[in-house]
Amino acid sequence: MPTEQEQVTAVPRIEVRDLAKQFAVRGGVREVVDNVSFDVAPGEFVSVIGPSGCGKSTMFNILAGLETPTSGEVRVDGRDAIGHREHFAYMPQKDLLFPWRTIAENAALGLEVQGVPRRKARAQARELFPAFGLAGFEDSHPFELSGGMRQRAALLRTVVQGREILLLDEPFGALDSLTRIEMQNWLQGVWSDHSWTAVLITHDIREAVYLSDRVIVLSARPTRVRLDVRIDLERPRDLAVTTSAEFAAYEQQLIEVLHDESRKAFAQQQEGLAS
Amino acid sequence: MTSIDRADGYVAAATPAARDRRRRRRIDPVRLLSTVLPPVLILAVLLIGWEVAVNVTGVRPQVLPTPSRVLSEGWGQREAIEMHTKATLQVTLVGFAFSLLVAWVIAVVVDFSGWLRRGVMPLLVASQTIPIVAIAPLMIIWFGFGLMPKVLVVALATFFPIAVGLVEGFNKADREASNLLRSMGAGRFTEFRYVRLPSAMPSFFTALRISITYAVVGAIFAEYVGAEKGLGIYMSMQKNAFRTDLVLAAVVVSAVLSIALYLVTFLVERLVIPWSFKERKARHAD
Repeated sequence: MPTEQEQVTAVPRIEVRDLAKQFAVRGGVREVVDNVSFDVAPGEFVSVIGPSGCGKSTMFNILAGLETPTSGEVRVDGRDAIGHREHFAYMPQKDLLFPWRTIAENAALGLEVQGVPRRKARAQARELFPAFGLAGFEDSHPFELSGGMRQRAALLRTVVQGREILLLDEPFGALDSLTRIEMQNWLQGVWSDHSWTAVLITHDIREAVYLSDRVIVLSARPTRVRLDVRIDLERPRDLAVTTSAEFAAYEQQLIEVLHDESRKAFAQQQEGLAS
Repeated sequence: MTSIDRADGYVAAATPAARDRRRRRRIDPVRLLSTVLPPVLILAVLLIGWEVAVNVTGVRPQVLPTPSRVLSEGWGQREAIEMHTKATLQVTLVGFAFSLLVAWVIAVVVDFSGWLRRGVMPLLVASQTIPIVAIAPLMIIWFGFGLMPKVLVVALATFFPIAVGLVEGFNKADREASNLLRSMGAGRFTEFRYVRLPSAMPSFFTALRISITYAVVGAIFAEYVGAEKGLGIYMSMQKNAFRTDLVLAAVVVSAVLSIALYLVTFLVERLVIPWSFKERKARHAD
């Protein structure tokens, strides 16, 4: 984790400034994202949590360059990044491994799309298989793997692209809780080794605290930053930390804010149904 | 491996050794017999019933011949029937190849342009309302007795399911997969090649199976209207000679032809998209 000194001087890897996104809906405009601002330092792991139905995915799509905001700025290393797709490697909630490709071929997909020759791309992806606990499964097909392994293969496909920032959209959301804990533990380990800059969307407060340097809590729609908490737990972390008093205090703090926002989001949905 | 793999529990079942075991199960004589036996038995019962009924009632063979007579008379004419079958097979294959070409071109073009999709799809549907009975004789007037009019009839009878199967197959591609590809920097063409095209293959083969059964019928119909050779014209001539047995013998041959082509599509599918079979098998095993 960077020291206080470095944070003041270094240019943030990601700067999000006054980001807003509106959609035209029947009878007016719906504000989905409203003036969201935050920074992410190089090598920082930041989690974003928010009530379901808040504009998290929209925000992610804007970061990934798939959608353009109505107003506001996104900068990567100080340069405008709106509509640019080359900075972020995106990992969606579904593993989206293609059944017609082997695991190695799936892992190399991003490189191939970017024009790396097929053989070289696959060789590059294969090098990472041991680190991702997938050695021996290079030539298997996705349907032969367990959920946890598929998710690791999807992360491998994301990481191998060698982009500056990882965008992880609830990567473990579909796994059973035991596998999820193992995956979090494993991710925490590989992240310590590689120091990727990562932004993780999650619904899981425990996951957010365990993995992150900072946790950002978003409000109900229209989305704003409700809380930005630095998690000062020593790295590398192990599962024992999750039962410590400090950990519980972070969880408590986040849970209160998040539930408050969830109630608002729920009320909005009820209104939406009533109208 | 690490502790993660043990936590997955599933891993042991997915090792290469387990996959080999699964592969060996494929040639299971008992299962093969249980697929083949029921249709064979039912067919045998029907044929025996037919044979007995004709013999008991004493219907004239010009009206309804016995299955044994159909077979023996057909066998006697085997050289003529073989010659006509070859002609029909040629029309079917050339016509179907042309149909595939047309269907692919239409489907790909339509996939790339929403404007053309809206413009072309209604026309395609309209093309299917053309009664082939009416159009086939016109084809002969326009194009003569050669291969051309028959190829067009076969194509008209078969291209539609393939085109629709492809268009819908392309659209079956996961939207999130398209987003993923776009986030990797893919343009529309790359997205098509990496996601939409492979996603469409299972639907394509389903459509292929439906339409190939129309292909033989389409060829025979085109020949029936007018041809120098082919099972269609053979049937027409034998009907006029009141050789019901030989008409039915030609029907049997055309049925065998259709079934053979239908089975070939499975073979081709297995060669082109082996992953689809493995995936289906894996899903059934769960």
